[in-house]
Amino acid sequence: MTCLIIAEIAIFVIFVVAYIFYIGKSLSGPMPKDVLELPIFTTICLLSSSLTVHAAVSALQKGKQLLCSLWLAATVFLGGIFIAGTAHEWYDLIYKHGLTIRTNLFGTTFYSLVGLHATHVVIGLILLSLALLFSMRGEMKEEHSEKLEVLSLYWHFVDGVWVIVFLVVYVLGR
Amino acid sequence: MATQIPVNELHDQGAQAPRRLWLEMLHGWVTTVDHKKIGLMYIGYALIFLVVGGFEALLMRIQLAIPNNHFVSPEVFNGLFTMHGTTMVFFVGMPILFGFGNYLIPLMIGARDMAFPRLNAFSFWISAFAGFLLYFSYIGGSGLYGAGSAPDVGWFAYAPLTARVFSPGHSTDYWTLALLLTGIGSIGTALNIVTTIICMRCPGMKMSRLPLLPWIYLVMSGLTFVAIGPLTAAQIMLMLDRYVGSHFFDTQAGGSAVLWMHFFWIFGHPEVYILVLPAFAFANEIIPVFSRKAIFGYPAMVAASVGIGFISLSVWAHHMFTVGLGPGGNTFFVLATMIISVPTGIKIFNWLATLWGGKIQFTASMMFAIGFLFQFLVAGLTGIMLSVAPFDWQLGNSYFVVAHFHYVLVGAILFMVFSAFYYWYPKMTGRMLNEKLGKWHFWLFVIGFHLTFDLMHVPGMLGMPRRIYTYEADRGWMIWNLLISSGAIIQTVATILFVYNMVSSYFKGPIAGSDPWDAWTLEWSIPSPPPSYNFAEIPIVGSRRPLWDLKHPDDPDTDYEMGQADPQEKQEEGA
Amino acid sequence: MLVLSITAAIFLIVAGILAYVLVKYRSRASNGEGEQEPPQIYGSNQIELSWTVIPILIVVMLFLATTRVVYTTERAQRPANALDVTVIGHQFWWEYRYPELGVVTANELHVPVSDHPQTLPTYLTMSSADTDHSFWVPRLAGKMDLIPNKVNTMWIDPQMKGLYLGQCAQYCGVQHAKMLIRVYADSPEEFAAWVEHQRQPAVDDPAVAEGRNVFMHNACISCHTIRGTVATGRFGPDLTHVGGRETIASGSVPNNPANLREFIDNPANFKPGALMPPMHLDTHDLDAVTAYLTTLK
Repeated sequence: MTCLIIAEIAIFVIFVVAYIFYIGKSLSGPMPKDVLELPIFTTICLLSSSLTVHAAVSALQKGKQLLCSLWLAATVFLGGIFIAGTAHEWYDLIYKHGLTIRTNLFGTTFYSLVGLHATHVVIGLILLSLALLFSMRGEMKEEHSEKLEVLSLYWHFVDGVWVIVFLVVYVLGR
Repeated sequence: MATQIPVNELHDQGAQAPRRLWLEMLHGWVTTVDHKKIGLMYIGYALIFLVVGGFEALLMRIQLAIPNNHFVSPEVFNGLFTMHGTTMVFFVGMPILFGFGNYLIPLMIGARDMAFPRLNAFSFWISAFAGFLLYFSYIGGSGLYGAGSAPDVGWFAYAPLTARVFSPGHSTDYWTLALLLTGIGSIGTALNIVTTIICMRCPGMKMSRLPLLPWIYLVMSGLTFVAIGPLTAAQIMLMLDRYVGSHFFDTQAGGSAVLWMHFFWIFGHPEVYILVLPAFAFANEIIPVFSRKAIFGYPAMVAASVGIGFISLSVWAHHMFTVGLGPGGNTFFVLATMIISVPTGIKIFNWLATLWGGKIQFTASMMFAIGFLFQFLVAGLTGIMLSVAPFDWQLGNSYFVVAHFHYVLVGAILFMVFSAFYYWYPKMTGRMLNEKLGKWHFWLFVIGFHLTFDLMHVPGMLGMPRRIYTYEADRGWMIWNLLISSGAIIQTVATILFVYNMVSSYFKGPIAGSDPWDAWTLEWSIPSPPPSYNFAEIPIVGSRRPLWDLKHPDDPDTDYEMGQADPQEKQEEGA
Repeated sequence: MLVLSITAAIFLIVAGILAYVLVKYRSRASNGEGEQEPPQIYGSNQIELSWTVIPILIVVMLFLATTRVVYTTERAQRPANALDVTVIGHQFWWEYRYPELGVVTANELHVPVSDHPQTLPTYLTMSSADTDHSFWVPRLAGKMDLIPNKVNTMWIDPQMKGLYLGQCAQYCGVQHAKMLIRVYADSPEEFAAWVEHQRQPAVDDPAVAEGRNVFMHNACISCHTIRGTVATGRFGPDLTHVGGRETIASGSVPNNPANLREFIDNPANFKPGALMPPMHLDTHDLDAVTAYLTTLK
């Protein structure tokens, strides 16, 4: 998993570099400062989901299956809010501001970077939901905690990437 | 100093098993998760593409043999060099090296399989599918526009030539998809190799006792993660550009063509080292065995490999000295590129020192390894010349560069791959390759190689750029090109000999036995070909060369490592 | 030169050692069987150190030398009298514009010779209209890429009069091979005369009025410019003085009426993949246009 994450980091780095490279190089509007708003609430949701998934893992390690399911459910819920937030943001951008991936360089880099991250969130959510399903049916035991830990590692990675994306897109790029 | 290696006396099961239906065998191969079978499939698949790519090269050389030739049209020629480059790098180089790695690493570290056998099979099939997809473009490339065509954007596919405007049709899409998929396959295999080497070594095999081949594969796999990522990202961007209409590399909307160059070469140059490191790995196993000496300076070799791995990540822009980076950028990459010659030089000196004082046996395998040493030396030196930016302003993108990198890819890597074939073929099939044919193969190939690639430096210096489908008669390039092309034909003959040798030896070659070369690493302790479980009993090793210890109990390697408070002191005594 | 001698010296030494080792230490027994294994040597830190440090010293030396050359070339002081030329790469031809002199031409670059008492370098400002190209005239300078959306500069100072050949060195599409460069280094007087001539509008010879008519009433004018007429296209080469050039089709064939006629009829005859479409003129019109263009000296 660590190796996979290294490879993924390399991919993200390239997209981030492309984003930074093209900041302010768009030939036509809309520009980021006109349309982007800080997604503070969803960011908090996503970051706190890192804590909940960690809690789920430690709960499982201690053999508390019910607690684990609870924490997992919280994680999925928080991740879901994040995705919903992103979807809402995109809906506004596309239909209110007319910014699509074709519009200009900002659109190109914004949608691809945020979209790449959102894809990873979705993958993570699917995996977490599966884990939740297993744990609710009582099939997840203490001995599976290592696997859940790998999954949580991935989730932490996705969160970590969001911090970078957030800084680059919403702070630096605006 | 308990050194115990059970040398298995198991007989070859394959010979006695009743003949199965070919359909069952096919089913067995397709569904296998055995690292040896997957390794062999990788190798076989790479060999098929080697023949295809070689054939493409031959067509190009026929076209260039005389000026203003009309053997193939410019469109076809541009497709040929694109396909030749892409095929040779992604569908010959990578799979053949991954194939050997797959086959040998578990055997050398005393494991029964790779860490993730299913992932392994997945990686192979996705890479194989990618190769198929690339060649499918010959049929489906232009889509509705008419007959198919190959992608014709060059193997590094500089933007904006790849944009929809300049490359209509679907052939470029096939190219992009093929690279994307094979990249995923490579990451999968690399992940597998790293995990296997770190987690599955047999008892007693500390990292400091790991044979150099797995060591170097470890470095190479690490490099693969970091290098393939940018390629994948860049291909995704290109796909978005072509399908969704985004503007990453669209210069009309403010996009940058230079960005693609950076992204591609961030992958592209480490890729060269990904390809050449396994060649070093083979040399590290083969040269000592046929010199009858331990490798000289094992720690230095490991350090040099790791060093090459790291430095190779910071040299990419030496492909871009002519795009106007400015003097600051240029000099940085000059320095990085020159520095990488230091660890590479260390390796060459260590191999020489290994030969020094040995008793060199000139088997076909060893001859190819020596060819590798010589040619790699030349390639390294022309590389230093090209790393000098003003030199590169003149010679970059000319036939001098073509000659230089073919010296690396053919003169070093392909020679070492041939060497590896002669060395490990007995292990893989249980039969020896014909030595006499092997020597013919070597001499013909050496002559053809030098005729082609030595002389190829000259038209480059005379001003012949690469990737031109024809040239004018009055430039004085003709005689050189004619000789180069004739060298290509000699190489073809040599390769046919090699293929014939492989096929005929499979049926008629002398039985190899488990250890035909009197070698020292673990794969030679088990029967050839190895049973599907590899080791009946997981071996326990006590040194870098377990079989040496077994064969020479009076002078074991272990003396140089253990039982000494300061192993380095002992090493110096040895010197 | 320094680089060449250093690499040659390294080559000789290392290849020499290799040959020596191969001869000296080859296995002497015909069959390796009864032979003793040679003494095992595992390495030596002093030796490793020596062949690490020496190459590093060589590298540092080479690096310093390179840096000096790079900086003197790229940061060269630009003399006040230098000539400016804008080079624009197209698929598959070169456009040259002399902004200070008001001259536009294609494929054949004229520059003044720059012999020593009076240096007269030419500064090239380069960009591309479509894909990447690279300007390479081996005897004048190294190459420099022409990249869309990016402006690069280089300078040349031909020391001797004459014709310098080169060609595009960055793969740019189907006809990359026939994107040839011809640089004419003229004496200052010749160059001044050439510039004076180029600044004139196109010759208007009544004898070829018919061909002129055909040209102006066909698609030609949407891509080509002939100054002094309605033809103001920018997609193809400026043809105002095309008759005065020595070659057509970007240096691939000599400029004579027969070649010109064949080229107009179907450019793919000389340059398959050229972006100019076959004009499908009838024989009469074809002859007339050829005659007209030939007069545009």
